[in-house]
Amino acid sequence: MKRTLFRNQLLPWLLLAPQLAITFVFFLWPAAQAVRQSFLREDAFGINTSFVGLANFKALWSSPEYLNSLQVTVVFAVSVTVLSMGLSLLLAVAVDRMIRSTSLYTTLLVWPYAVAPAVAGILWWFIFNPTIGVMPYFLDTIGYDWNHISSKSDAMTLVVIASAWKQISYNFLFFVAGLQSIPASLREAAAIDGAGPVRRFFDITLPLLSPTTFFLLVVNIVYAMFDTFGVIDATTEGGPAQATNILVYKVYFDGFVGQNLGSSAAQSVILMLIVIALTVVQFRYVEKKVAY
Amino acid sequence: MNRLLSVSAVALIASLSAAQAQTEIQWWHAMGGELGAKLEEITKGFNDSQDEYTVVPSYKGTYPETMTAAIAAFRAQEQPAIVQVFEVGTGTMMAAEGAIVPVHQMMEEQGAAFDPAGFLPAVVGYYTDTEGNMLSMPFNSSTPILYYNKTVFEKAGLDPETPPKTWAEMEEFSNKIIESGAASCGFTTGWISWIHTENLSAWHNQPIGTEQNGFGGTAARLTLNGPVQVKHWENLKRLSDEGIFKYGGPVGGDNAPPMFYSQECAMIMNSSASRAGVIANATDFEVGYGMLPYYDDVEGAPQNSIIGGATLWVLSGRPDQEYAGVAKFFEYLSSPEVQADWASFSGYLPITQAAADEMAGFYAENPGADTGIKQITLNEPTENSKGLRFGNYVQIRGIIDEEFEQLLSGSKDAQGALDAVVERGNALLEEFEAQSQ
Repeated sequence: MKRTLFRNQLLPWLLLAPQLAITFVFFLWPAAQAVRQSFLREDAFGINTSFVGLANFKALWSSPEYLNSLQVTVVFAVSVTVLSMGLSLLLAVAVDRMIRSTSLYTTLLVWPYAVAPAVAGILWWFIFNPTIGVMPYFLDTIGYDWNHISSKSDAMTLVVIASAWKQISYNFLFFVAGLQSIPASLREAAAIDGAGPVRRFFDITLPLLSPTTFFLLVVNIVYAMFDTFGVIDATTEGGPAQATNILVYKVYFDGFVGQNLGSSAAQSVILMLIVIALTVVQFRYVEKKVAY
Repeated sequence: MNRLLSVSAVALIASLSAAQAQTEIQWWHAMGGELGAKLEEITKGFNDSQDEYTVVPSYKGTYPETMTAAIAAFRAQEQPAIVQVFEVGTGTMMAAEGAIVPVHQMMEEQGAAFDPAGFLPAVVGYYTDTEGNMLSMPFNSSTPILYYNKTVFEKAGLDPETPPKTWAEMEEFSNKIIESGAASCGFTTGWISWIHTENLSAWHNQPIGTEQNGFGGTAARLTLNGPVQVKHWENLKRLSDEGIFKYGGPVGGDNAPPMFYSQECAMIMNSSASRAGVIANATDFEVGYGMLPYYDDVEGAPQNSIIGGATLWVLSGRPDQEYAGVAKFFEYLSSPEVQADWASFSGYLPITQAAADEMAGFYAENPGADTGIKQITLNEPTENSKGLRFGNYVQIRGIIDEEFEQLLSGSKDAQGALDAVVERGNALLEEFEAQSQ
């Protein structure tokens, strides 16, 4: 790597200042506030405040609702990641084999990425609405009584589909780029050696795609855990009976709706630790070790 | 473009200089759509009636959003003078001594014409302290009633003028309706928490918590797992299994009204303030109105129902002349003419006896519109039917919905579900008590 040397000591700081200011105002300062708040017990208006140490964290670990939320988040994140990455890979491989219409398909498949999470949530809410939706109507004809308002598994299915759908475009773009960077000569050589398309995919394409796959894995888990608030809020609001109440939604609900600031802050500190852990994983392992 | 900008700049300066002579009073509210437009019209009426004060209403989103915004603004010392808070936020607002100015105190200090005796006890009782002092100004209050489809009743061979009075009749009528094929479901409902837990208890004169349902202080705990509540939840579960009752979802039950409008369900229990919406959507059938059904083997039933909706709270820390204006504005808001206008437009209940009298003509012309007011004034409110006041109650309502869903899915029985509501709710109440000390 080439090192740039600045003669003027002030210039680098000056160039960094806008970015540092933004980081401080929008990330560090709120994060510090959250950490501070997580050790306090306070009424909504901030009139009575007392230091309670780790009581907010202890209360979380003994709360069945919080443990349930953790479990729900794991199921949700894994399902969204597997579903969206699986489908994207399938689509990307299909597009990679096309000759003339590649760009048209790529454009169409990227569209959902431009849809805001809340709008995506509303779309799926309409499609799956038990009273007026299209899907329950069709499911009814094959004998399935869809009702995500009372059925926990239906609700989970709905938020997983809605969230995965939004992420397919993003994954698809990266997979297409990854596939295009695999030299055609490798696959051709394997074909000459007598390997069929399935064998070629698993022995050549998939291993060579692994840096992309690993990168997307982390991105998708982060997406499912932190970026799906809009989808959840617009479709199930965490229900029924907390079946889709993922950690991020619980932070919002306990803090903003329930005005329980201490507990909400403690939850966001835990989430912060999870993000830090995921970031470390990405930088230490994904970017360095998964390379050929 | 430049011209447009300069014109608007001139307009801005003009409006600023005009406003400087007047005291501006910020009012944050949660009334969107037609109700919001009507609210602005009423405010304009006040602003035009005098030139000392200007009330500026701002729409802040849903009830929880409005309340959260006001609390955040208070913490940043940018609070509005008036904020509209829903009934379940009452416990939180009341406990925030130092953040609020009780309405009775403010009206006295400002020497406003204010006669607590003129207000309807069933409405203001929800918002008074244990000495009967009014803490906030009721603005939009409603109570749940029964709406039924007269056309379906007729098809099923029932008398379209007689709604079911008891839960036994609810079931009997529903069975007739389903058997005759007039509709595929007997009834649905909005608000499991408000209607089938809180109002059910008041309607049968049962407590839902200690300390006079929480009016006595933050040491109150929930006791809503009594025999009547358990019996009712058991009943709803059975009726749901039999297909007579259809669940409309948590909180307000967004999916319930469409089931009634599409004539899938013959009856719906919902807020009296939904009347205008029901009429607008009932295009193919006639709507009838009845009081909430009750269990006739429970002594003292029916007692009276309790209200829901929102009140206006006055926040502290504003300049004194603003409170003078707020007092004037509240005088105007509670005048019989304004009340009658607002209540007949919206379907909310009038808050004073004078306003209720003023509306006699309206009630005569609109049969069924007075069901709500008849129901809340059916009997003198008791400790059990005055209302309720618990901290963290928004979350407790969420718990009620969740445990009801557990009951419907079969993972708990009625006793188990209500016991869980009490246990989880009391943990939140303990937390609230600790926070406000």
